[in-house]
Amino acid sequence: MSGGLLLLATLCTSLFAAVMIFLLPERAFRARTGLNLGAALIKLSLVAWMVWGLSRGGEYSLEFPVLEGLAFALRADPLGIMFAGLSSLLWLFTTVYAIGYLEDSPNRKRFFGFFSLCVASTLGISLAGNLFTFLIFYELLTLSTYPLVVHRGTSQALAAGRVYLRFTLTAGLVLMIGMVALHALAGDIRFGEREILAGLSPDHRPLLVGLFWGLIAGFGVKAALVPLHGWLPRAMVAPAPVSALLHAVAVVKAGAFGIVRLVYDVYGIELSAELGLLTGLVVVAAVTILYGSLRALAQRELKPLLAYSTVSQVAYIVLGIGLGGPLGTIAAFSHLLHQGLMKATLFFCAGNYAEELGIHRIDGLDGAGRRMPLTSLAFTVGALGMIGLPPVVGFFSKWYLGTGAIQAGMPWVIAVLVASSLLSAVYFLPILGRLWFRPGPDHGVGEWPEERRLGRLETHPWLLVPVVATALFSLMAGMLAGVPFSPLEWATRVVNTEYLP
Amino acid sequence: MNAPLAPSLSFPAVVLWLALLVPLLLGLLAWRFPPRRMLPVLLAGTPLPLATFWLLHRVSAGGELVGVWSLGELQLHWRLNGLAGLLLLLTQLLLLASATYAVGYWRATVLPERAFAGFWPLLGGLAAALGVIWVAADLLTLYAALELMGLTAVGMMLLPGKGAALVAGMRYLIYALVGSLAWLLGVALLLGASGRLDLAGLAATTEPGPVTGIAMAMLAAGLLLKAAIFPLHGWLVPVHASAWTPVSALHGALVVKASFFILMQLWQRLVPEGVAAAWLLGLLGSLAVLWGGLQAWRANELKKVVAWSTVGQLGYLMLAFPLLAGTSAAVATLAWQATWLQLAGHALAKAAMFMAAGNLLLAAGESRITDLAGTSRRLPLPLMTFGLAAVTLMGLPPSAGFTAKWLLLQAAILAGQWLWVAVLVVGSLLTAAYVFRVFRCAFVEAAPRHEVRSLPAGMDLIALLLSLSALGLGLAAEWPLALLRGGGMP
Repeated sequence: MSGGLLLLATLCTSLFAAVMIFLLPERAFRARTGLNLGAALIKLSLVAWMVWGLSRGGEYSLEFPVLEGLAFALRADPLGIMFAGLSSLLWLFTTVYAIGYLEDSPNRKRFFGFFSLCVASTLGISLAGNLFTFLIFYELLTLSTYPLVVHRGTSQALAAGRVYLRFTLTAGLVLMIGMVALHALAGDIRFGEREILAGLSPDHRPLLVGLFWGLIAGFGVKAALVPLHGWLPRAMVAPAPVSALLHAVAVVKAGAFGIVRLVYDVYGIELSAELGLLTGLVVVAAVTILYGSLRALAQRELKPLLAYSTVSQVAYIVLGIGLGGPLGTIAAFSHLLHQGLMKATLFFCAGNYAEELGIHRIDGLDGAGRRMPLTSLAFTVGALGMIGLPPVVGFFSKWYLGTGAIQAGMPWVIAVLVASSLLSAVYFLPILGRLWFRPGPDHGVGEWPEERRLGRLETHPWLLVPVVATALFSLMAGMLAGVPFSPLEWATRVVNTEYLP
Repeated sequence: MNAPLAPSLSFPAVVLWLALLVPLLLGLLAWRFPPRRMLPVLLAGTPLPLATFWLLHRVSAGGELVGVWSLGELQLHWRLNGLAGLLLLLTQLLLLASATYAVGYWRATVLPERAFAGFWPLLGGLAAALGVIWVAADLLTLYAALELMGLTAVGMMLLPGKGAALVAGMRYLIYALVGSLAWLLGVALLLGASGRLDLAGLAATTEPGPVTGIAMAMLAAGLLLKAAIFPLHGWLVPVHASAWTPVSALHGALVVKASFFILMQLWQRLVPEGVAAAWLLGLLGSLAVLWGGLQAWRANELKKVVAWSTVGQLGYLMLAFPLLAGTSAAVATLAWQATWLQLAGHALAKAAMFMAAGNLLLAAGESRITDLAGTSRRLPLPLMTFGLAAVTLMGLPPSAGFTAKWLLLQAAILAGQWLWVAVLVVGSLLTAAYVFRVFRCAFVEAAPRHEVRSLPAGMDLIALLLSLSALGLGLAAEWPLALLRGGGMP
């Protein structure tokens, strides 16, 4: 199969699944499940094929003109395929989880239709070859996640949806203006053509700086950078698989990935450093990391705590970008994957506690480790990874960030890292303590808020399998970090081949 | 048009005039034998867009077609360039969609038999009038076509024959007549000053001066009234809210755009350098965007939301005037393409939106937005169609509205006219506000269960196809835009 066709096939797998799901009747549960899983598996294997092809020097690109001097361009480069791989892998698990989670609930057709559309957009974002194409899929992502956020149709969900749209649509317009201005200035910039902006005359420098911050503000909304993060904690009213999607697979990641593309592939790291943009990014990231950790500390419910932890964790990616050097870049790219694996695990666990036992509050988790050992083990892996303890992958992100900070001559960043690790220990460790060491209903103390006994195991198998799988991936990605095609190894390869100054 | 044929009569010219006038015959035929099924209508109409498609192919290969009909002393000029051909194609597709939809509408609602039969000759007349407007190249032909269009449109508005529709229709008639009067005065002034009525001749002989200025002002006032540009939009919303759905769809999509098209043609030829007046038009457009958006946000009935949204969206078209007047060639080319792409995208999306809204109302039996609670579960397809059409109106990708907005933003930024950037931003946000207000109501789950009626599947399908074509046009914009760049820019 030629390169362009393969790209198109990968993109169309989820699009086709979305259309078919919309066409199927609501009650066609089996057909829909088959379609969902089939599409997820096919897409994962297509992406794996491209990873294999790319590592052997293959080329995948496709484009056609939309306007004079502006093309719709898809291209699989190592960085993009890395993000595509993450989203395809997590999509599989999230789909499995969502099928179990939404069993017997209404509107599943709508849910899974937009779910597939959402993943198609994420794949489009990762494979976009220029800013125009990126924007198309970025906005499509906004539109396709809205029905998921308001899925429950309660007034709380609708209000969260309204806040979500206010933030994301405004940001989309800011992005569009920035991109049009960049296009008017320098023409159609393909990702990787870093020399175009670098070659502009010095008179344009102030304009470039302004455009950069405009675009960062646009991306920063989805990436939940402080002070643009307001929508994220509120979107917690959505069902658990949607939260996983928002936090780990798609939305927040799309924002962070946009910043990566902007800095590395449009401006180029050297020009960004020259214009003094990187220091600004580091400061924004440091503020976001500390603010997110502090707010997480103050939460009494599990899902908002995880939401604020996302705010702080995604900023690690931005921090790595801002540090600039090879080590910081490796940290940024690999954390893009690591955070996804760990955060998906944590949200699946939170969903399991809520579904099986009706637990939403942190103080309700006492003794849950005995009742749900596998889920709690997975939660422990995710939480330890977030704190940054080896051998979970989170450790490597922090290690590279720390060494990257020294390499970049910003040792104060290490203080931020230490503070944030301490803070996350302060909010995660008590939860682990409650899970494993406090007596709970299974020890004869009190009772679960709403126990449902969904399966013969500790909960429904469709809910349990994804949790265990993502936790295992988080562990393995850490323990086998040096093996080819592990996230860290691939990130290092991307940095060495593409972005070394 | 049974005039002696000009000696330069060629095969393409025959095809063109057949494509323009056959709808009249079809309309008369359907008056006598009103169609009962969708398929015959679809089959009878399909050759017309195919013919236009062939003509467009000819135009893109061999340049524009021009010709003159001589009626004794009178000379009636016409020309078919890329722009006119594309608009003709758009018109035929939308008319075909509405005609097919109308059959389903007749089956789903109990329409009086006579009124339904009367719909068809009016539709044929409207088709002929619109077609002639796109190709006409002199003020007299334009006047005749404009009057025919106005009268058939009023006739269609009056078809429901009930109180609100009658009042709104008569008000529309009065506005249209006042508009025609202003137009006639302008034409008379021009005729007195230069002695010619063909557009090319006028462009060559007219010189800037008070007479041209006053004439253009009269013409513009008449056309702005007919195009429902703020603040002359008062007649539009009641008419759209009370007319039959296929009629509102056609009217919002095409009829108001025809007046805009004429205004643009005249402006480009008579006062291309009138920067101050062009800015005035741009400002009126900006106010239209704001006012239409706000009113759509406040409206309580679904059809009124759609109608007010037309008022707002027409404002975007007016931004073309300041971006075309006295700006560099690059800016003008961008703005020119943006305008027609926006017009086409809006036409497709607005027709789809009216039909989707009509389907929602018919099936749910309610007209207020708050009564739509729970429709996302009961009527997913019309709601989805409404959403897809709204994507174009909001200018979100992938859609014609998005691509047009990209071009328009690029033109405004290149020209340094930042005001229009702000207008585009505010307009998009307002559009999103009123669109998602509808969706917030539709997604409410705690709704009492209504029975919904089932509609003919074709009605949903036509609306869906139109909204999808508005989306597809955004990515396939290069073909029409290349035709536009090739010819049609004055």
